Amino acid sequence: MSETYIARSPAVAARKLAGEMMVMNSENSTFFTLNEVATAIWQAADGQTPLSEIVRDHICETFEVTLEQARADAEHFVAELAGHGILIVSDRPIVLETIQ
Amino acid sequence: MSLMGEVGQTAFNLGVPLAVHLDITYRCNERCVHCYLDHDDHGEMTTAEIKGVLDQLAEAGVFFLTFSGGEVFLRRDFFELVEHARRLMFNVKIKTNAVMIGEKEAKRLRALNIDTMQISLYSHRAEVHDAITKLPHSFERTVKAIKFLHDQGLRVTIANVLMTANLGDHYGTQKLAAELGVHYTLDPTITPMMDGDMGVLELRIPGKELEEVFRNPALVGNQEEFCAPPPLPSAEDLEGYSCSAGHSFCYISPYGDVFPCVQFPLPTGNVRQQKFLDIWNFSPQMNEVRSIQARDLTTCSSCSHVASCTRCPGLAYMEGNMRGPSTADCEKSFYRTGVATANMLRLGLEKPVSAGRGGQLIQIQAAV
Repeated sequence: MSETYIARSPAVAARKLAGEMMVMNSENSTFFTLNEVATAIWQAADGQTPLSEIVRDHICETFEVTLEQARADAEHFVAELAGHGILIVSDRPIVLETIQ
Repeated sequence: MSLMGEVGQTAFNLGVPLAVHLDITYRCNERCVHCYLDHDDHGEMTTAEIKGVLDQLAEAGVFFLTFSGGEVFLRRDFFELVEHARRLMFNVKIKTNAVMIGEKEAKRLRALNIDTMQISLYSHRAEVHDAITKLPHSFERTVKAIKFLHDQGLRVTIANVLMTANLGDHYGTQKLAAELGVHYTLDPTITPMMDGDMGVLELRIPGKELEEVFRNPALVGNQEEFCAPPPLPSAEDLEGYSCSAGHSFCYISPYGDVFPCVQFPLPTGNVRQQKFLDIWNFSPQMNEVRSIQARDLTTCSSCSHVASCTRCPGLAYMEGNMRGPSTADCEKSFYRTGVATANMLRLGLEKPVSAGRGGQLIQIQAAV
């Protein structure tokens, strides 16, 4: 089974407020707040860590949910944010051009 | 309440500085007749100092960051500062006259994912705009830059300051904004010079003209609703606060001075001497500003407009008392609704008398 890698889009602005991440996509001004679990995935989305590892290390342990449940929720979350252009998804590690 | 509104309320309740306006220079290549700034450089923060401030702001929870001036592009390190800000994941807005923006700069700004470019344009007629900016060909250069930015897909807002020098031109300027495919805001605020010179206030439009602006549906939306007499204030209204100044918003000058707002010149500390969060959390002045509720206001607490007035505490402060009325806003409330304010009744006036001071920004948004 292939791995999924996720990275935060460079087009977004993000900041944590009261434990939840605010995310705004400057391309279309869409604005989201992520709950605590989604925030944990967002913060771990470095493009290099497989989603399965993020779920295991950052979700199951911290929020005491089963691996199966966490994986299903994470996949749904990732698909939704990718649809809004604020997460980049690939089956290979992602290297983004950083701001020089 | 919208999601953005909820976030704003959360920040307000928790005392998180959600938004900061940072002027990085007061120097400018235009000499606008209505400008309140001293354009000499009295010791601007260095690149390293500003980057350090940005690091602190990110740590403090600031999300919305506005770079302004002066003319921001006069700083040779401007792109370096914006890049640093974007690396820290701020939502960045830039206020500029745009005359130094060419196609190359527009592309670079697009690549940095700037949220909004707010550009000063005072007329649809070159001769009127250039007479206000005192920079020949500035109209031509600004409009050209707007096109470059728009072509790159950046969100652009034309900001027009309404004054006697361009009074008849605001419809034309709004039309030009629509033709260019950008947003438009109109602001009738003229602020006294930083050195206290009030001469510039002669440019303020007469109150009667304000009434006409408030009754223009193209600018205010539902005119009936916008100009409706104020409802009776409730007990809850008297528990309310004036605005976000000092609660979830503040202003930092090019010299590192921190103020509750751009138009609230109450010094609360300097980031060259103290940590930003120490000023934000512990400055007695900042805490005084954020302690003031509507019920604490002299005169205004008994005013029928108390819940709907745009009363600016900074302007009231400039008039002598941050808990007092802001006369320019009394004027706006009166001309918007036709209902006398408590301050007018106290002074026995049938019509408001301008205080000789600038007013709170009323940003009348018109969608493209």
